[in-house]
Amino acid sequence: MTPSFRRAVGRSGTARATRRAACGVALLFPALAHAARIGDLSTTDLPAQAARFFTFADPATRWALLGALLLGIACGLLGGFLVVRKLSLVGDALSHAVLPGVAVGFLWSLTKNPLAIFVGATVAALLGALAVEAITRGTRLPQDTALGLALSGFFGLGICLVSMIQRLPTGAKSGIDKFLFGQAAALGPGDLLLLGAVATATLLAVWLFHKELVATSFDPAFAAACGMPAAWVHRGLMVLLACAIVVSLQAVGVVLVSAMLIIPAATAYLLTDRMHRLLWISAATGMVAGAIGTFLSFLGPNLPTGPFMVLAAGVLFLGAWLFGPRHGVVARWWLHRRNRERTERENTLKAIYHVLEQRGFEGGDVTLEELARFRRETLGETTHNTAALKRAGLGAPDSASGVIRLTAEGRRRAGEIVRNHRLWELYLANAAHFAADHVHEDAEEIEHVLGEETVRILEQRLQHAPRDPHGSPIPRPEDPR
Amino acid sequence: MNDASAPAAVPLEIHDLTVSYRQKPVLYGIDLAVPAGKLVGIVGPNGAGKSTLIKACMGLVPSRSGWVKFFGEPPAKALRRVGYVPQRESVDWDFPVNVMDVVLMGRYGKLGLLRRPGRADREAARECLHRVGMLPFADRQIANLSGGQQQRVFLARALAQESDLYFMDEPFSGVDAATEAAIITLLQDLRARGCTILVVHHDLPTAREYFDMLLLLNMRVTAFGPTDEVFTPELLQKTYGGRLTILSEVAHAAAAGNTRRTP
Repeated sequence: MTPSFRRAVGRSGTARATRRAACGVALLFPALAHAARIGDLSTTDLPAQAARFFTFADPATRWALLGALLLGIACGLLGGFLVVRKLSLVGDALSHAVLPGVAVGFLWSLTKNPLAIFVGATVAALLGALAVEAITRGTRLPQDTALGLALSGFFGLGICLVSMIQRLPTGAKSGIDKFLFGQAAALGPGDLLLLGAVATATLLAVWLFHKELVATSFDPAFAAACGMPAAWVHRGLMVLLACAIVVSLQAVGVVLVSAMLIIPAATAYLLTDRMHRLLWISAATGMVAGAIGTFLSFLGPNLPTGPFMVLAAGVLFLGAWLFGPRHGVVARWWLHRRNRERTERENTLKAIYHVLEQRGFEGGDVTLEELARFRRETLGETTHNTAALKRAGLGAPDSASGVIRLTAEGRRRAGEIVRNHRLWELYLANAAHFAADHVHEDAEEIEHVLGEETVRILEQRLQHAPRDPHGSPIPRPEDPR
Repeated sequence: MNDASAPAAVPLEIHDLTVSYRQKPVLYGIDLAVPAGKLVGIVGPNGAGKSTLIKACMGLVPSRSGWVKFFGEPPAKALRRVGYVPQRESVDWDFPVNVMDVVLMGRYGKLGLLRRPGRADREAARECLHRVGMLPFADRQIANLSGGQQQRVFLARALAQESDLYFMDEPFSGVDAATEAAIITLLQDLRARGCTILVVHHDLPTAREYFDMLLLLNMRVTAFGPTDEVFTPELLQKTYGGRLTILSEVAHAAAAGNTRRTP
């Protein structure tokens, strides 16, 4: 055991949680436990560390942050295309496939030469992609199986090579193991140059070939029929992807780089319905997640960067899932709730209409007691429901005398609901040949969602019939009530 | 080959085209010459290779032998004169694009690399949407369309290609009656403008009504000609009466490399 290796084992106790989270790999590489940290200087005071981060006093911080932003752009843009092409797992497979290449690149130069590792890793990623294509085409195995094969096979080979390197005399000092979970603090000018080049190439490619990328993603057959080189677009995307993965390794590591491809894009997918917006939101999410991850890993000693970036991205995803404006859980719940309340109000209106109808529309006042009896509910419930009508400006309940009178708007709306109900019943009975006693339940739901246009069509179809299948008159909204 | 002397007006010429999928032959020695300005229905049983035929014409699936020419030219040169309506189910309708985006894709072939659709392309796309009655839905996300509306969007995209020869893969499948009528009007309109249209079709009774010519297909061309000449019980029986079992089996075995002498 080399001295530094022994020291690493000794210190690994301080990061037991990290080690436990990655126990399988950490068993192989105890040095991992203190792998990725920014600010090797030993400040443990949180505010002081935060201040150091935001003043960018530390050159390592500047490099790390810039690297994280570039990584966010490249991974976010490419991830957007992976998600819409349903190739998310390809990112995962390629990122695992690069490990043997990293090891070979290292063995070639025996230092952590960014260029040698870049070349080795890119070649390995492309070999991985070719292996997937060969397996998918040459056998009857489906693509996901081919991906799993390539992913695990290459990763296993990579782990073997890396553990070999660890046993070399210079191995333990090399930091080769940092490629598993990333160490943004270790980003040097060489790494940043590569990151910048790949991010620029990705931006350029997405800008120049936007229409080819989108068309081949949406409908590859049509794109090919238009003479677009669909196969080459795919290959180009794979090459860019391999490069992006490789340059991101130093910051987030082999195991988690696929998360930076998938999570920002998935977040964007929930937030928009347009491809170009998806790409920009994805890139922005990647950048924010990268910056937050770098910051958090800076706050304490022995904190790895990659997992924090992924956590930050995960929180952003959760936010989009819960609070997305159109498809978010909260927005949907709110819409559902508002619809339910509206339905409830309309049912109260309808009940008042029925009570009035039963006594031939004499007088506008309905007592709450009458209404409660009609709806078979307690007086408390009726009071609650009529209060909802008041809030919506549809009725004016008088709690002192215990009566409710509908406003003009309330009367109009009540007439509409009853008309919708009876029109729909008549339509079901006449046009769809439902039995008269089968139509009520369906109409109870449809009455709340019929649009004015549909009502016009129904009225025309039914030739403005005056009565529903049960013989009740169908009200006209223009009827003065 | 002396096809240079053949009239360049023949929109589609196929010679001895054989296509196999995973070594299994799907189309065998197809010969065809479709005259200009015709509405041609391609009919045949399931697995007859109807979709494969049009995909092979456009080079979307590799052919094992034979050649295809559009207007006397090899497909790669004449692709811009060819429009395509793929099967509706072939794409993901949750894809984050709206109706306008999809129709604009019809212009991409003409634009070529690096150029973006401009004002003229948008105007053309709007016109195409109008022709299929979908202009009001231009900003709608494609997931929020009915099946018939989706089909109309695909047609609008093909119209935006402004082609002379169209291949359409089951444009009538799963659409409402109104859309079916709208599509057939559109096809007749295209034909009146001199376009040649090949349509994969499933429904025999309407095939007789809709198309000028029929191509009866079942791995081979059973018949090709004017509808009233081809739509006969004998020819239909020949097309639909079972697959060409022996041909299919022998070819399959040969492809697998284990042709055995029958005892």
